[in-house]
Amino acid sequence: MGLQAIFFYLFAFVAVASAFMVISARNPVHSVLFLILTFFNAAGLFLLTGAEFLAMILLVVYIGAVAVLFLFVVMMLDIDFAELKAGVLQYAPIGILIGLILAAELVIVVGGSVLTPQAAQAITMPIPNPAERTNTAALGDVLYTNYVYFFQIAGLVLLVAMIGAIVLTLRHRTHIKRQDVSRQVARTPETAVEVVKVKSGQGI
Amino acid sequence: MDETFFSTYGWPALVMIGQSLLLLVCLLVFIAFILLADRKVWAAVQLRRGPNVVGPFGLFQSFADLLKFVFKEPIIPSGANKGVFLLAPLVGVTLSLATWAVIPFDENWVIANINVGILYIFAISSLEVYGVIMAGWASNSKYPFLGALRSAAQMVSYEVSIGFVIVTVLLCVGSLNLTDIVFAQKDGLGTMMGLPNSFLDWHWLSLFPMFVIFFISGLAETNRPPFDLPEAESELVAGYMVEYSSAPYMMLMLGEYAAILMICSLTTILFLGGWLPPFDIWILNWVPGIVWFMLKVVMIFFCFAMVKAIVPRYRYDQLMRLGWKVFLPISLAMVVITAFVLKLMGWA
Repeated sequence: MGLQAIFFYLFAFVAVASAFMVISARNPVHSVLFLILTFFNAAGLFLLTGAEFLAMILLVVYIGAVAVLFLFVVMMLDIDFAELKAGVLQYAPIGILIGLILAAELVIVVGGSVLTPQAAQAITMPIPNPAERTNTAALGDVLYTNYVYFFQIAGLVLLVAMIGAIVLTLRHRTHIKRQDVSRQVARTPETAVEVVKVKSGQGI
Repeated sequence: MDETFFSTYGWPALVMIGQSLLLLVCLLVFIAFILLADRKVWAAVQLRRGPNVVGPFGLFQSFADLLKFVFKEPIIPSGANKGVFLLAPLVGVTLSLATWAVIPFDENWVIANINVGILYIFAISSLEVYGVIMAGWASNSKYPFLGALRSAAQMVSYEVSIGFVIVTVLLCVGSLNLTDIVFAQKDGLGTMMGLPNSFLDWHWLSLFPMFVIFFISGLAETNRPPFDLPEAESELVAGYMVEYSSAPYMMLMLGEYAAILMICSLTTILFLGGWLPPFDIWILNWVPGIVWFMLKVVMIFFCFAMVKAIVPRYRYDQLMRLGWKVFLPISLAMVVITAFVLKLMGWA
């Protein structure tokens, strides 16, 4: 147990410290890099609790895809951080309000599960023993067997959102040259080349 | 108290560190020779001799290069973001070496035999793009930045089809553990047709289209020619590596080759039966599994080197078209078809 505690405090400390650096770093790219470090440590915390599948998915989805796009955008934009920081105080009340609400919710959730542990168990799915069922399989049971229709509906909502975003940004430009690979491949000397007999001294 | 702590944590930790060091040393020496092999194959295709001065047949060329890299002065551009500039090669090389922890070279020859081995490799190799992006951004120069942007888009695009290819293999196996994936290839298409256990059982035959897609996506994922647009020397000089010199440059190259070998061994494990011998005969079974594993990895790497030598570079829009309009639909369809067939025949 001792080693787990050491690793927990290591991951937790680095996660909190780098989360703080995300908002205090002067360079926006550094901020995103610290955000990635935070995600990475969160994955470590997942691993410690035995949620290996979630840890790996966090790495693949958040760090491998979402944060890459984030970094991409931040690197491309020329953000003047000093200018942004100048107006930060006028948003402080809203920030504090959101922070307070989040803190209150966390207290309610954690306090509730400490005071009445059976209440949380009553509404959640029973967790199978990790030694018998790997948590990849256990998650699969929940998502694809017990709640497959809800899962499909969630997928459809995402699909609609994706198509909506594409429709909004798609503009079809005419008068530009496009490469049509199948047409290129289908070309033969008969369709592409015309042999013309030219009478000498006349031209075509 | 001290003794129990040592026996529960200390001793296993020491063993694991020893194993990791052994693996790292073997891997680095292997990379040194595979780099030479790459250059030799390339030279042979172009009717040149390739490196042939240092040692017999130029065998020690990579070690001479290592010494040269280490003793040269690292130059950091004055406009560069120094911390990130030096961190980038470290990130690249650490991540691509970290994936090797879960690779089984033979039965039980694996440092960490974890349940989600294939996901771990997929996750870590999807992070490798950060080495490239950070290197390109921190150089504070145009060509490296363009190279980094190209690389980021390319690696993210091809990861999608690689992911689906892995999913089809996992559907056939029913486990995310790499050792299980190899064992699942003991019986397959060949035994189903009444033949004895042989190389026909491996997934390359039953999932042939996926095998081809995985190979080509592997080329794109590791920035190998014909998809080496991030470092296209005719347009971007050396892409994200332009500003690097000496040891940091060596680390970028090392990370790249470790990632290439990783894709080769992943192909071996997913499609070519890992350490299994090609025929179930006693004399072939007597050969240690690691020999078969290495032979298969070297064979795949030979294909990588030949592709580099004979295929011209893609244009960037062609690269994106291939990834999103060809590979993604095919691999997605194959996931559905494979799942359907497995369910219908009752094999799953």
